[in-house]
This record gives sequence, C-alpha cells and structure tokens, in this order.
Amino acid sequence: MALERLFRRKRPSGENRDVPELWTKCEACGAQLYKKEFRENLYVCPKCGHHHRMSAAERVAMLADEGTFQETTRLAPLDPLGFVDTKPYAERLQAYQKETGRKDAILGGTCAIGGVPSVLLVMDYAFAGGSMGSVVGEEIARGVERAAAEERALVIVAASGGARMQEAALSLMQMAKTVMSLDLLWAKRLPYVSILTDPTTGGVTASFAALADVIFAEPGALIGFAGPRVIRQTIRQELPEGFQRAEFLLKHGMVDRVTDRRQLKGELVRALRHLHPGVPYAPGV
Amino acid sequence: MPLEFEKPILELEKRIQELKETARTTGVDLEAEIRLLEERLARLKQEIYGHLTPWQRVQLARAPGRPTTLDVLEKAFRDFLELHGDRAFADDPAIVGGLAYLEGEKVVVVGHQKGRDTKENLRRNFGMPHPEGYRKAMRLMDLADRFGYPLISFIDTPGAYPGVSAEERGQAWVIAQSIQRMGRLKVPAIAVILGEGGSGGALAIGVANRVLILENAWYSVISPESCAAILWRDAKEAPKAAEALKLTAQDLLALKVVDAIIPEPEGGAHKDPDRAIQNVKEALLRTLEELKALSPEALYQDRYRRFRALGAYAES
Repeated sequence: MALERLFRRKRPSGENRDVPELWTKCEACGAQLYKKEFRENLYVCPKCGHHHRMSAAERVAMLADEGTFQETTRLAPLDPLGFVDTKPYAERLQAYQKETGRKDAILGGTCAIGGVPSVLLVMDYAFAGGSMGSVVGEEIARGVERAAAEERALVIVAASGGARMQEAALSLMQMAKTVMSLDLLWAKRLPYVSILTDPTTGGVTASFAALADVIFAEPGALIGFAGPRVIRQTIRQELPEGFQRAEFLLKHGMVDRVTDRRQLKGELVRALRHLHPGVPYAPGV
Repeated sequence: MPLEFEKPILELEKRIQELKETARTTGVDLEAEIRLLEERLARLKQEIYGHLTPWQRVQLARAPGRPTTLDVLEKAFRDFLELHGDRAFADDPAIVGGLAYLEGEKVVVVGHQKGRDTKENLRRNFGMPHPEGYRKAMRLMDLADRFGYPLISFIDTPGAYPGVSAEERGQAWVIAQSIQRMGRLKVPAIAVILGEGGSGGALAIGVANRVLILENAWYSVISPESCAAILWRDAKEAPKAAEALKLTAQDLLALKVVDAIIPEPEGGAHKDPDRAIQNVKEALLRTLEELKALSPEALYQDRYRRFRALGAYAES
C-alpha cells in the first residue's frame, strides 16, 4: 500500500502570498506556473513535463466528449465493522465527504468518448486515498454490468492506495467481485481500457486495473503491488531509481503505453475505436 | 517456543506432572492435591481458550507445529504427486501443488507452504509467494478444468512477497490473473484457510465456491502489524488492529466472507495436528459432496454470485 503518500500529498498550491490565486509552483522542478495555463495544460508542468494529480471531475471533463457525461454513481459507504483506529471510520468518512463533495472514492457514469459509447469510472484519490471499499467495488461491478447491458466500452481511471483497511475482509472481497464482473465484457466482446495514474497500488492494481485489454499509464506514475516503503522495510535496501514508475512497468511488460496526459484522450479514442466491434473501420478519425 | 498466553497452562501442567512423578517415586498419596490442581487447570483452560482475543488467535494461526498444506496433503489425502514450476521462470517453493486423491475422488490441490523449521522457512520464503508461485497455481487450475477434477486450495500466507523482483515480474498482475482464472473454473473449488489469510496473496487462490476456515485462522486485507503501522503509526498496536479488522473466523462467518468454520482441538491446531487435519478432511468431504451435484455452468454461476453479493453499502 502506498498510503504513506497520502499523508505527504501536496496539492499544487499558491506559495506566493502576494498573488495566491494566480500562480502556483511545479512540485517537481519548482517552476512558477500561471494557474490558468497550468489548468489548460491539464496540470502538466510545461517546463519539466511532471504530471500533477487532478480531481476526478477534471478527469471526466478531460476524457468524456463534451456534454455527454451522465453520472450513475450513487452509493454511500457504511461502517460494517464499526472500525475505530485513532479516529472512528464513520468520522473519517464524513470528513472525506465534506472535503470532496463525494460520497465515496469513485465518480462514474455513461458518456461518449470520441463518439464511442462508454462507461467511464474514475477513482478519486482525494477521498481516502482512492481506496477501494464496498462502494468502490460495487460501483465498478455495476458499471461493468451497465456497459455489458448497453453495449458500451468500459474505461477505468485508477488512482488508489489499494483496498480500504477500514472495511477489511469486505474490501478484499471487492477484488474478486470486480475481477469476476469483467467476464460480462468478455462474453460480449466489449473493450475495457484502464488508465493507471499516480498512484495505483495494492488491491486495485492486483484486481480489475491489471486486467484491461489495453492498459495506459501516465508518465512518472507510481504503479505496483506493495508500496515502496513496505518494500524498503522488507528488503532493507534503497530502491533502484525509477522503481515502480510507469516507465519501469512499460519496460517490464506490464502496461501497453506510457502516454502524456495531453495526448491521452486521442490515444484512448484510437484504442476504443480499434477494439469496439460496433465501431466501423475508420482509421485516423 | 510456547505462546505467551499459553504459559500459565503449561506451567500448571508441568506442576501436575511433577506431583504425579513424586507420588509415583515416593509412594506418598498426593491424589487430593493433584485433583485440586487438575480442576484448576480445567478452569484455567476454559478461562484462556474460552476467551481468546483476536490477537491471541493470530498468534495461534502462526504457532509452530500448526498443520501446513503439505502436512494436510500427507495425512488427509493419498498418493500426492507434487508438480513443479510455472513453465515460464521458476518453481516457487512458497506455493505447492499437484495431483492427489481425497478418499475415492481425484482432485487437484494447491496451497501456500510455510517452512516447518527455520531452514525450510527461508527456502519457502515464509510462505510469501513470488509471481511464479501464482503462475504455478494457475497452471494447476488449468489442469483441474481440463480433466474436470475438483480444485482444493489451502491458504496460509502472511501475504504475497513485497520485493523488488516480485514487482519487476508483475506481482499485482499475476494476483489479478489468478483471481480471474480461479473465478472461471468449471469444476468445484473449495478453499481452506489453514493459518494466515494475508490479503491479495491469499485471495489469489481463494476464489472458491466454498471458503472454509480453521477456528483460529485469520483472513483480512492486511496483517494486523501492517495495519497498526499505518493507522496507529506503530506496529506494536497490532493487538488493537487485530480487534478492529474483524479478522477471526466467527467475524468472517458473520460477514459471509467464509461459509463454515472447521473446529480445532482445544488450545489450537498445533496441540493435536492429526485431529485438526481429520477435521479438515471431514469438512472437505462434506463440502465436495454438496458441490458435486452442480453442473460446470452452475458451479461458475454459484461462485460468481457468491462474490458478487459481498460488501456493505447504502443505496441513495
């Protein structure tokens, strides 16, 4: 799990006190960035190319054809175990809900992507580190069912520290649930594309995210099973440069393409059009 | 090495033994004292074993001498023919499997394997598989499907190995694939959690029609130590995490994550491994009988529905 990253998450924020709302700084190279341009550049630093995290809503806006997205996610989390650590899970949920305006860590719905009818599911890292509990698992399974029933492609944007600890074994079971639901797409020859963003680890990588027909990863994204801290503790050595980054996964054969976010929609559309049996031959559209 | 909470029992047992020895060698009548101590022992056992905390059960699940997959294969099955290797990279000693008979039934077996001593534990990486282990498991699932033999899996792992080589070879990918492969079986699949059911590394061979668990085994999304290290920022809070995670057999039965609990002898399976293995065998035979009536398609659907139904959420 890469939950440690959650605690030192830094949002692109105005460090300059004089004009806090206009400027921000690149997390990687420190370049001063004009916020409006930074946003238009999809939160990719124009100087060094670092891909900053973006919200689930912005992801939807970036990938769905304009005006086509209809949200279908609607489930709310419970606290089936009455989980309490240093704080009750119920309180944590409320805080995340207040902070994100979302019931749980996923935003999804139907839309067109380059004209291809799709179900688009986006995990929200800002909500409990994008962790998968019962709601995320059920929404994914329902999204798959909807795609199968309506002959849509499935696109999932993963951003998650893994399975949610506060729902323990029930979170673990979501791995099996989501994976098995994908069989519905196989049976109907419907395409499934996953996009792995920073970070995608643990039970999310080790279930539905790894099983897409085509897997994209964003440059520099941390992707893996165990989080780097756990591995460092286990082997008691420093980890090699670039370990578990998107480019490392491409080299080791785990993902199909590492694609710059500014080209992502275009490549996604090409993949969907290639795969979807309902889309006619139309190269280069 | 005895577990901490077992010590008072072991000490009392030792004193009773000593008294009996003294009585025998000296001829002094100690009958009354011995009876008194034996009554105390019975009460003490009831007190301790009757009120095990989740953390104590986690310790029992890890106790040396607890039956491993190979122990069960040796004693509950016949003519086990071990098969090795993933046909791609290596043979992973942390996962064992092969062909066997369960009474009159041909079956394919796969399971995590911990070492029974330090040397073997090192060789078997403490039951923490690498990707090649899961690829071997998938090979065995293919075999089960191809010949129509039931698949029986034994779960006993702290988790899939978190290391550089495992990540390089796609640990997450093989776990996902193994979950998918097992979910698609057209034969009866039964999983038994023998000891530790650590996260995705356990689930990878746990997508069965029926999931059985030994009374003191645990199964969860993370080990109590790792959970405590993240949420309490201190691995020493593991007892609290064990409590919060609801990882005991009884809790899992209530959550429907497991379908039945296999009883252990008093004090845990390591006190009488043969008895525990016999209980596992009986449970397997019963469960297999139940599943044999289902057609290949019905077995797939049964498994699909079983996992599809798990979770707790509110419609809104």
